[in-house]
Amino acid sequence: MTQKTIPGTTLFGPIQAQKGYALNKMCFSFNSKENRDAFKSDEVAYMNSYGLSPDQVNAIQSRNVLRLLDAGGNIYYLAKFAGIFGLDVQDIGAQQTGLSKEAFKAKLQAYN
Amino acid sequence: MAHIIGGVACSHIPSIGSAIAKGLQEDPYWKPFFDGFPPVRDWLQTAQADVAVVFYNDHGLNFFLDKMPTFAVGAAATYSNADEGWGIPVTDPLNGNQELSWHLIDQLIQDEFDIVSCQEMLVDHAFTIPLKLLWPGKCPVTVVPICINTVQFPLPSAKRVFALGQAVGRAIRNWDASKNVVILGTGGLSHQLDGARAGFINKKFDLEFMDSLLNEPQWATRFTIEELVEQTGTQGVELLMWLAMRGALGDAQEFNIHKIHENYHIPISNTATGLVAFECA
Repeated sequence: MTQKTIPGTTLFGPIQAQKGYALNKMCFSFNSKENRDAFKSDEVAYMNSYGLSPDQVNAIQSRNVLRLLDAGGNIYYLAKFAGIFGLDVQDIGAQQTGLSKEAFKAKLQAYN
Repeated sequence: MAHIIGGVACSHIPSIGSAIAKGLQEDPYWKPFFDGFPPVRDWLQTAQADVAVVFYNDHGLNFFLDKMPTFAVGAAATYSNADEGWGIPVTDPLNGNQELSWHLIDQLIQDEFDIVSCQEMLVDHAFTIPLKLLWPGKCPVTVVPICINTVQFPLPSAKRVFALGQAVGRAIRNWDASKNVVILGTGGLSHQLDGARAGFINKKFDLEFMDSLLNEPQWATRFTIEELVEQTGTQGVELLMWLAMRGALGDAQEFNIHKIHENYHIPISNTATGLVAFECA
């Protein structure tokens, strides 16, 4: 199967789904407040309990969304991780595009 | 036999839930979005729907990558919302319509759609927010959720999703019940949350898609999933839910389908928002 290349876009398919399984499983657990609190109280222990790879641990510690995507993260689960820090999808969008939040919002507005 | 009164498609951005909870409908940022809904609510009030069949996509509340169904049909007595991790308000449980759920499951399998059935199913913002937008008070309809995978590729093709919608429509129309059924499709329109292309919107494509739905509903089925992602963004592909809804309404001439109302607004959060309502006479 040939896959179309879309600039700035990684489709979350079989490769990412396998690579990111532990990372995404941990982020899925953040639906529960109890788990969010457990992560906050000891991040490394919590990551170890989900068997994250060294790359995934580094990506989580960096809070860098592009690195988390490279480590196999899926945006829907990563959004739950970002939620722990009170970040919304515009914060995440700004970070990934290297813009300030205000500049990112202006970019969206400019599509009108 | 049951009657399909029509269908509604709209966006389902999580922050809408917070805006409703805070009463921001008249706020300048939100007003152009919320102002789309009163004409659709008025129509629903008059048409007296008993049941809503809702095509939506779960965002990691009910389904995880351990078991990821392509098409899943709810068959529960009630559907609860729950904490999704980022602080949007949890909404009240909704009453299921198990008779229609099992009728759909039976008819879809006979029609060679090998769907997954779910007697327990949490429903996320993609399900609860559109219902709140359409019925701001207590939800007067019973519901049947139909979840379509947009999390993990490969996703079902637009052509297949449209055909699923058609099969759902046929099944509802041979359900032996004196009920009025409304079809909902939630998601889209163009937006992308992830990657260096985050913040991508395609107004031209969105408007062409919305225009196609009434009389040329299979227009979007010419595109592959990858082409739809390219045109609409990684989450814009949620337009699949709109296609399923439109498929369920059936042929425009045969069922005398006409448009009640539409609205399009950029942006809410990272998303180009759309709303359309069709009536089957």
